[in-house]
Amino acid sequence: MGYQRYDLAPLTHSIDLFLYNHLPATWAFIAEMTIIGVVFLIFYAVIGLYLVLAERKVCAFMQNRIGPNRVGWFGVIQTIADLFKLLMKELITIRKADKFLFNLAPFIVIIASFLGLAAIPFAMGLHAIDFNIGIFYIMAVSSVGVVGVLLAGWSSNNKYSLIGAMRSGAQIVSYELSVGLSLLVIAIYSGSLQLSTIVESQADAWWIIKGHIPAIIAFIVFITAGTAETNRGPFDLAEAESELTAGFHTEYSGIKFAFFFLAEYMNMFLIASVAATVFWGGWMPLHIPGCEGFNNAMDFIPPICWYFGKTAIVILIMMWFKWTFPRLRIDQLLTLEWKYLLPINLVNIIVVALIVLMGWYIK
Amino acid sequence: MSEEKKVIVELNENPEYIINMGPQHPSTHGVLRFEVSLQGEMVKHLIPHCGYVHRGIEKMCESLTYPQVIHLTDRLDYLSAHMNNEAVSLCVENALEIEVPERVKYIRSILSELNRIASHQLWWSAFGMDLGGLTCFFYGLRDREKILDIFEESFGSRLLHSFIVPGGLMHDIHPNFKKGITDFIKYFRKKLPEYNRFLTGNVIFQARTKGLGILSKEDAINYGITGPSGRASGFSCDIRKVEPYSAYPYVDFKEILYNEGDTFYRYVARMDEMVESMNILEQLIDKMPDGNEYTSKMKPVIKLPEGEYYQRVETARGELGVYIVSDGNKTPYRLKLRTPNFSNLFIMNKLASGYKIADLVAISGSLDLVIPDIDR
Amino acid sequence: MEQEQLKEKIIALLPEAEFNVNKQYLDINVPSDKMHAFVKLLKESDDLKLDYLFCLSGVDWKTHFTIVYHLTSTFFGHSLVLKVKTTGRENPEVASVADIYATAEFHEREVYDLMGIKFSDHPDLRRLFLDETFIEGFPLRKDYKDEINIIER
Repeated sequence: MGYQRYDLAPLTHSIDLFLYNHLPATWAFIAEMTIIGVVFLIFYAVIGLYLVLAERKVCAFMQNRIGPNRVGWFGVIQTIADLFKLLMKELITIRKADKFLFNLAPFIVIIASFLGLAAIPFAMGLHAIDFNIGIFYIMAVSSVGVVGVLLAGWSSNNKYSLIGAMRSGAQIVSYELSVGLSLLVIAIYSGSLQLSTIVESQADAWWIIKGHIPAIIAFIVFITAGTAETNRGPFDLAEAESELTAGFHTEYSGIKFAFFFLAEYMNMFLIASVAATVFWGGWMPLHIPGCEGFNNAMDFIPPICWYFGKTAIVILIMMWFKWTFPRLRIDQLLTLEWKYLLPINLVNIIVVALIVLMGWYIK
Repeated sequence: MSEEKKVIVELNENPEYIINMGPQHPSTHGVLRFEVSLQGEMVKHLIPHCGYVHRGIEKMCESLTYPQVIHLTDRLDYLSAHMNNEAVSLCVENALEIEVPERVKYIRSILSELNRIASHQLWWSAFGMDLGGLTCFFYGLRDREKILDIFEESFGSRLLHSFIVPGGLMHDIHPNFKKGITDFIKYFRKKLPEYNRFLTGNVIFQARTKGLGILSKEDAINYGITGPSGRASGFSCDIRKVEPYSAYPYVDFKEILYNEGDTFYRYVARMDEMVESMNILEQLIDKMPDGNEYTSKMKPVIKLPEGEYYQRVETARGELGVYIVSDGNKTPYRLKLRTPNFSNLFIMNKLASGYKIADLVAISGSLDLVIPDIDR
Repeated sequence: MEQEQLKEKIIALLPEAEFNVNKQYLDINVPSDKMHAFVKLLKESDDLKLDYLFCLSGVDWKTHFTIVYHLTSTFFGHSLVLKVKTTGRENPEVASVADIYATAEFHEREVYDLMGIKFSDHPDLRRLFLDETFIEGFPLRKDYKDEINIIER
């Protein structure tokens, strides 16, 4: 296939080989890990900061405003300036807070959002680890974040924070189900939990096209539940600023607050990445079965562009949600999950199982 | 007993979870404090605490002359400054039995209606924000700016005008005044459907507001809930109809009345009032006499004859009453302001108990409270 | 209803009512001991139905206080002003109408807060605007002195 000309696996293998040839095995391993760690940290920071900027720009566009445009060209270094501001701010410690948990919470949240990145295939042959249970891994580590949120709410010894944390707990535990079950639809289609296999299985066409109705339903459910899981948009009850001032992070300041803030955006990126990878083919170019010329032309666009383009579109949809809808109430939120999304999902899975058995999808 | 243990024992004895909403809280729109007892997310009961911006305006008025009093009334309900000015001015004029020129009456009513629209726009913005739809805020303020521009052009101020004074107006209006308003009406008639698309028709918005905090007509009358909040419960309390003043007898308009009395209909009543205000404005602009008289002859020192005078005016939030007791001096002996928000606030406990904390925010938003008006 | 008719009905209900000069509303003085029963009657009688208390204010007349009730009927549209005198300035007390008009509860708290008039049988008579710890008297009284904040003219 044409897209294989952009395969990055030879490059990563050559680096791997180079390190193992010149260093003892242990040191080569450590060096490799360090390189991956540094690359991901930089990537994390850059993506996080620019997502914040993107959100501010998108939100400004939706609200008839201009948005940040003073620091740098079109405000491109605005969020970096903000980061420095947050770094220099005082870290307020609360006398009656549980200090250890209070300080631990933002790290749990940010680590949970960081871990998920490991399994994502950014381009062909460009991923940290290619788990054979990739989807399962991402779901598992990203839901650790709720522990941090609960701890933050509990340990800051603030009544608003506690309500926010409890809301968040109820919300994430519920919506985790829908996220998992909607991903299961594609897992059934592709017969694998490994993200690279899922991407490869979409070489002829993306699952959202091949899988037709069940895949579209699963995508809508996933995007809704995913938005809820990141505590964003109409589902931002955990930090509902008009009710709970700032919810679970009311008492945090400075860089600890920035951790929560950054983690929220990275969770959004993670959800968008998974949506793009599983439903929209990840780095796989747009292929239409039968149109060889068109497919070849598409193959010339590097996979990394496809990946980021699709992710950006999903992120845009999620931002669009946030700036359009009023917030739901906690009982409505849980009603939506348990009475609508979950039954729809379960029926959907049965339908998919039937479709796969009978082979009624585009092969 | 250690302090922590004491807290636990207290919690066991009294399992209410009490939180203070305010004085600094985004959804109390000012320095108001609700002491809310929660059970989980449910509001058991709440106690409003006010007085954080109590400035003693009634006491101050006792040592000020009537034209000076005008400038304090602006600071009551700062979003309906013109109506507040008008209330005191009308009261003084009635006491002196002065008839103001026809043109002044029209201008006063035009200003009141413009102010009402501006106030409802800000309320719409803030209400949307209370429910979590942040974008509303910018839509509402964008359009409110047009009205403030008209105000600024004529009076130089945007919020606190002190333009309506006993006897007439402070000075004449700007020549562009009429044109500015016709342009605004044309503009806003196009923009109002946007508001409806944004909130009124939204599924989440309707789910958040319908059937919530139902206020019966009896309670509305008993608690003195006036303005759009009262009219949404079927309490016909529009002073423009009940005791018409200024140019309202000359125009034809309908009082917005609904019988449902829930949060959604309090919202709808205000939205309809904006449309109705535009109808009134169009009629007033058409009928407004030309000329340049903006005041009637007034004595340099205004002294009210001995007696008691009461004037009711419909502000954007309800009925404003001004009760002046005069002993014949140039300052009022006693000036009582019956402000709409003062009465409207105290229904909160009745409306919000039994609902969730998010509903409390929606209900208090739908009552459209302005705190300086409560505290005075 | 015309003021004359209203006047006749009031006289029938309360013969000892004194009528004050007031161009705007019918204005009567009610003895403080009969006040509560009379207001109840005004609200509940079928041909008066004064069901909306739109203003409640206190006035300091240096020798005594008056509480002024502005009542109106949402059925018939007639209005009535009631005035109740307190006896003297020391420990003034009036019956509360909070059980008849719910809105009175808070208007009375305000009057108590700023003028120091006690309302007997009030469900929750506390200061409303001022702090509970404010002990320097009642600001709306004419003899209230505050040398820092009030400039005498």
